[in-house]
Amino acid sequence: MWAAPSRWGWLNLLTPKGLFAHDTYNKLFTMHGIIMVFFFLVPSIPATLGNFLVPPMVGARDLAFPRINLLSWYIYIVGGIFAITAIVRGGVDTGWTFYAPFSSTYSNTHVILAAIGVFVSGFSSILTGLNFIVTVHKMRAPGMTWSRLPLFVWAHYATSLIQVLGTPVIAITIVLLGMERVLHAGIFDPALGGDPILFQHLFWFYSHPAVYIMILPGMGVISEIVACFSRKSIFGYGFVAFSSVAIAVLGFLVWGHHLFVAGQSMYASMVFSFISFLVAVPSAIKVFNWTATMYRGSVSYDTPMLYAFGFIGLFTIGGLTGLFLATMAVDVHVTDTYFVIAHFHYVMVGGMVMAYLGGVHFWFPKITGRLYPEGWAKFAALVVFVGFNLTFFPQFVLGYLGMPRRYAAYADEFQILNVMSTAGASILGVGYLIPMIYLAWAWRYGPKSPQNPWGAKGLEWEQSPTPPPTFNFDVPPVMNEPAYNYSGEEKEVEIGR
Amino acid sequence: MGALSIFPPRASTTAGEVDALYGFLLVVGIGMTALIFFFVFFFAIKYRRRSPDERPKAIHGSIPLEITWSVIPFLVMLVMFAWGTKLYFQNYTPPRRDTLDIYVTGKQWMWKIQYPDGQREINELHVPTGRPVKVTLASEDVLHSFFLPAFRLKHDVVPGSYQTFWFEATKPGRYHIFCAEYCGTNHSQMIGWVTVMDPVSYETWLSAGAGGSSMAELGQKLFEQYGCVSCHVLDQQGRCPSLRNVFGNPVKLEDGRTVIADEAYIRESILNPNAKIVSGYKRDVMPVFQGQINEEGLLQLIVYIKSLSNPPKPAAAKTAAAAGKRSPQ
Ligand code: HEC
Ligand code: HEM
Ligand SMILES: [Cu+2]
Ligand SMILES: [Cu+2]
Repeated sequence: MWAAPSRWGWLNLLTPKGLFAHDTYNKLFTMHGIIMVFFFLVPSIPATLGNFLVPPMVGARDLAFPRINLLSWYIYIVGGIFAITAIVRGGVDTGWTFYAPFSSTYSNTHVILAAIGVFVSGFSSILTGLNFIVTVHKMRAPGMTWSRLPLFVWAHYATSLIQVLGTPVIAITIVLLGMERVLHAGIFDPALGGDPILFQHLFWFYSHPAVYIMILPGMGVISEIVACFSRKSIFGYGFVAFSSVAIAVLGFLVWGHHLFVAGQSMYASMVFSFISFLVAVPSAIKVFNWTATMYRGSVSYDTPMLYAFGFIGLFTIGGLTGLFLATMAVDVHVTDTYFVIAHFHYVMVGGMVMAYLGGVHFWFPKITGRLYPEGWAKFAALVVFVGFNLTFFPQFVLGYLGMPRRYAAYADEFQILNVMSTAGASILGVGYLIPMIYLAWAWRYGPKSPQNPWGAKGLEWEQSPTPPPTFNFDVPPVMNEPAYNYSGEEKEVEIGR
Repeated sequence: MGALSIFPPRASTTAGEVDALYGFLLVVGIGMTALIFFFVFFFAIKYRRRSPDERPKAIHGSIPLEITWSVIPFLVMLVMFAWGTKLYFQNYTPPRRDTLDIYVTGKQWMWKIQYPDGQREINELHVPTGRPVKVTLASEDVLHSFFLPAFRLKHDVVPGSYQTFWFEATKPGRYHIFCAEYCGTNHSQMIGWVTVMDPVSYETWLSAGAGGSSMAELGQKLFEQYGCVSCHVLDQQGRCPSLRNVFGNPVKLEDGRTVIADEAYIRESILNPNAKIVSGYKRDVMPVFQGQINEEGLLQLIVYIKSLSNPPKPAAAKTAAAAGKRSPQ
């Protein structure tokens, strides 16, 4: 369902004039953004893999508050119902960013319904974060020290911190927006005495950290996969774990890089630019450490590892183009163009969705107790990689050439690159469809999986039966070795010795 | 520049500089990508699994390596930061030289452009080469963004305040104007053309369009029409300040502060007079004009008040910009 709107959107951009009415296109990209960001990217890994795997990975029977966990699921559904109602009743045309005063005064679409959807789903996010934090602190099995915690768990822990601290801000922002739209309180609309830049500050104060809510869990997945399929303990475990927390903290201090051309003080911009470069360092550290993990390893090319390769490559490009955007004079030219679109799709679709697919393939045997067809899976991973690059790479060029984002129609000279992009999107669509089909098939008819098909380390593979019983373990687990102990060491080794 | 160039036309003094910085970023970016791809492929192939029961020895990490790959990239990033910041300040701070001032008002879904001499255009901007042009941006409704790809510049247009940036065109031709901030249904139609002309053709173009009233004259008409004149000129009891030589000069306020009378200050003084009271005068005397005068008219009034400063001070906005306050509102 979530993939469809982007495809329609691409179809629209086959021709310069566009195939759809402008309002229709505007509603499509808004709906695409809202659903993807708030209802897919934010919850995807934490709510599926995270919920399933954090407890067994730390050696717990369940999350600390199973009922709150269920509640967060219901809240998500209610939020989703609001968003879908907004769409069914005619849609929203503000963009997922809801910038005022367009959203608060000018738009005559279902802004309030969609905003309530986002508001409500935020609570689901907060509760999930809360649950993970408490679980990690309180429910670890004997021997599961902080320095033995799987990096997947570290990443979820950092994500949870952001969710708990950041999400209330977007909730407040939405409430203020609603007050202005319904009660005409002058908060953001200058005609009512408000300040439109204030909205952007509030919005990005959440939404920049939110991009790390989206990517950190993906980074956690990649750490697990790279270690397992290299049969090596993670290179620089402490650095990888700590960089997640560094990203979570620094991520709160860079929101102003979305306002370089918005009329923010130039000195503020300078500070935000500087911190944006700083936050790139821990991301780079992760990439280097994953690569180094393979050194002198035993690398196999199973499907999850193919996705991890894809992730490392695409996230590198996404992250490096982030540096272009943090460089202010270049950002002035490329902000609000397709360059930004390409950048965040490299990070979020190239990074986060690749990690998600990698994680799904990695833990599929664990979760369902069955194996999927490896040949099809490898083929699909390749199709996704090719389709992705064909879709989004041309957009970097388009952006620097000056094609603004959110355009229902565009200047003729941009057509060739747009056609390439649309073609790529079709391939990418097929690439996503294939796993949906064979995974659904394998869930029912796939051959039974052995206990630990990859020979992976970690309590969830070694001490919990496959597929796990309701409370994960038949015998209470004990962690009696270092993390990622692929080479069978007795106890932890300090690095540098 | 061929059809498949990755650079749009370069038509301003800054375009080449931004492209050079972009080129540097591309080199670093492609270099880093190549490095990582190389190591990923190299390790993946060299250390591929040869037998199912391989047990490689653990390598837990290396502090010197961690330091190297944190510090070196960071140093490179410092270069990006310094270079990008320098250029950014340069592009957003209008020069002290005499600028050609142009006023742009964004409105769903068109650009209205006014020249000091009184020419007005919609979705068309004409500028000469070789002269710095200062653009003052106002919005009648929602956010827009005035984007000139051939000049590598854009700035958001923010309702309720003035935003400024400047450029100096170098190459005659016709280039795109785009709206780059989503503004509703016809956002993608809020487009136009900037025509860059050599100074001689520009003069010809200007005089062809002349004949109407200049912006200052239009402003003077509004000044009479809205009754400003009855207080600010005719009032003999000293209840109202004279507006001569206000623009560009410091104004002492009732609360003791001193502010420079730039466009933003004049704008606020008209729309919401009680926000800042001139020292020695009373609040609630001047009527509130919020919602009464449209943005174009407001700009004309401001140009008129500017013209009362003799000799006209070079735009006060840059004093404010130098102080790091670009949108005092
Ligand atoms: C009823 C009399 C009255 C009218 C009409 C009036 N003003 Fe004023 N104006 C004042 C007074 C009194 C002040 C000084 C107090 C203050 O700062 O608000 C003032 C202040 C100003 C200032 C700030 C001057 C300074 O020295 O800093 C500006 C600019 C201004 N008015 C412009 C206008 C314009 C333009 C109009 C017409 C649209 C207008 N005024 C109409 C009474 C008036
Ligand atoms: C390597 C570190 C990164 C840096 C330095 C960086 C930098 C930036 C900058 C400066 C912008 C603003 C561009 C603009 O609007 O002009 C931006 C936009 C964006 N980034 Fe990143 N980024 C990084 C990583 C990420 C990650 C990890 C994600 C998501 C998982 C992400 C998602 C986004 C999104 C969604 C936008 C666009 C928002 C919008 O305008 O709709 N970025 N990035
Ligand atoms: Cu950001
Ligand atoms: Cu627009």
